[in-house]
Amino acid sequence: MQWETVIGLEIHTQLATNSKIFSGASTAFGAEPNTQACAVDLGLPGVLPVLNQEAVKMAVKFGLAVNAEIGMRSIFARKNYFYPDLPKGYQISQFELPIVGKGSIDIRVDVAEPKRIAITRAHLEEDAGKSLHEDFHGMTGIDLNRAGTPLLEIVSEPDMRSAKEAVAYARKIHSLVQYLQICDGNMQEGSFRVDANVSVRLRGEDALGTRTEIKNVNSFRFLERAINFEVERQIDVLEAGGKVVQETRLYDADLDETRSMRTKEEANDYRYFPDPDLLPVELDDAFIAQIQTTLPELPDAKRQRFMADYALQETDADLLTASREMADYFESAVKTSGGQAKLVSNWLTTELTGRLNKEDKSLGESPVAAIQLGELVRRIADNTISGKIAKQVFDVMWQSGESPDEIIEAQGLKQITDEGAIEAMVDEVIAANPEQVEQFKAGKAKVMGFFVGQVMKASKGKANPQQINALLNAKLKE
Amino acid sequence: MALNEDNVRSIAHLARLSMTDEERGHYTEELSTILDFVEVMRSIDTTDVVPMAHPHHATQRLRPDVVTETDQREKFQHQAPATEDGLYLVPKVID
Repeated sequence: MQWETVIGLEIHTQLATNSKIFSGASTAFGAEPNTQACAVDLGLPGVLPVLNQEAVKMAVKFGLAVNAEIGMRSIFARKNYFYPDLPKGYQISQFELPIVGKGSIDIRVDVAEPKRIAITRAHLEEDAGKSLHEDFHGMTGIDLNRAGTPLLEIVSEPDMRSAKEAVAYARKIHSLVQYLQICDGNMQEGSFRVDANVSVRLRGEDALGTRTEIKNVNSFRFLERAINFEVERQIDVLEAGGKVVQETRLYDADLDETRSMRTKEEANDYRYFPDPDLLPVELDDAFIAQIQTTLPELPDAKRQRFMADYALQETDADLLTASREMADYFESAVKTSGGQAKLVSNWLTTELTGRLNKEDKSLGESPVAAIQLGELVRRIADNTISGKIAKQVFDVMWQSGESPDEIIEAQGLKQITDEGAIEAMVDEVIAANPEQVEQFKAGKAKVMGFFVGQVMKASKGKANPQQINALLNAKLKE
Repeated sequence: MALNEDNVRSIAHLARLSMTDEERGHYTEELSTILDFVEVMRSIDTTDVVPMAHPHHATQRLRPDVVTETDQREKFQHQAPATEDGLYLVPKVID
């Protein structure tokens, strides 16, 4: 049977505000438990939530970036459920009239043509606290520092048809919120959380199959695996004549499987109603227009510009615009290099990225700054050093943080372009290897590589390769 | 009647309210009366009426994004039945 996968994602992005969505407590990560949980966050009697203006601006910024309808009038609602890390017994969220309505975003998966994924809505809400189930004499510990942290929940339509598409969409949103500087995107710290609604149906059918919701996925790699596992599981259930049960399933990365949360068989009923503590939020055109002016160049536009302005291939442009940090690094390095876009792109996407991955560092932690990489490339382009020596210099830069010029000077790595000096080395090599000279003259052109290598070695890698080639050619054919 | 006793039982459970059988019978009747009245209101055409989100004709004031709260953990935890290492302790919850 031909099965089709249907996926929709709910992404919780933690907004990068200083204070909480309804209180003046700090949102900084990693503080001592409960030192950033004020009376409002604790849900103590008599407190009143007051909405953080920056959270509203960030939500609108996102809405504008995905061409969404902005809710000029939006309301907050209480979502009621009991859990100890939710002290009020309800979460303040938005139900009817969210701040961001229908929008869309384009993704690319192995094809040149982008696919448009519809965004149903994005709404503001407060985060809950954290439950620590380690042993506290059979009790559970509650840390409410996170309670009240602003979240923007971004809900997609079930438009994705494979785990790969789901990952591409999630990555696109991840990159976008960081471009917009509304979320730090840190998945380990829970600033960017993805839940996947997954179902399968027979190809050609219109009705959606019963879906399950996968939670607890904290990396893109796990997202892909969790969806693939879940799709296989559902197909197995259906092909065995069973029915998929609508439920929440947790992904277990160690076992690479999803498991039912086994909550009591009881439909969740959140009994949403408008929060009487909060008045409707009304925005005006001037407010929206002001936010519009703060929008940076967005990933898709940047990608187009990079291809046009720097003559980059699509794949390079994709890599270089994947994050704003990467794009900024690239442009800064190109500027310093004297416009060597292609060369900078190569160094950035292979040498630097390779080294960063190896040491598990982010670009922000790179010991080699953009300007330094630009200077290195400039020295390759102006023939001060060869590409091979540049790798040596790069190694030292990585270790010491020194500038390329300092290293080239201190270690005497300047490329030898003095015709006479190279000629002397060429003569020496030819004189020392009569056998190979005979072979060359007998028509074995491959020996040329041997000679080039020998001269390079004699110059400690510093002789200009073009000059070596030209001289060798001339002399061997004498 | 708009509600039966099972409905009331599950609503009470969601709200974590306990009640006797007698009370449940009483609430089933009382809540049903309210819902019956909602049915009466439903017969009115409200097509052009904007739903009321709040009784006041005012809009939400926005607060500047500034940290104004200081750490008062000790004060708050003084009232809590059980705390340890800065955490509030509650009966074990298992997901």
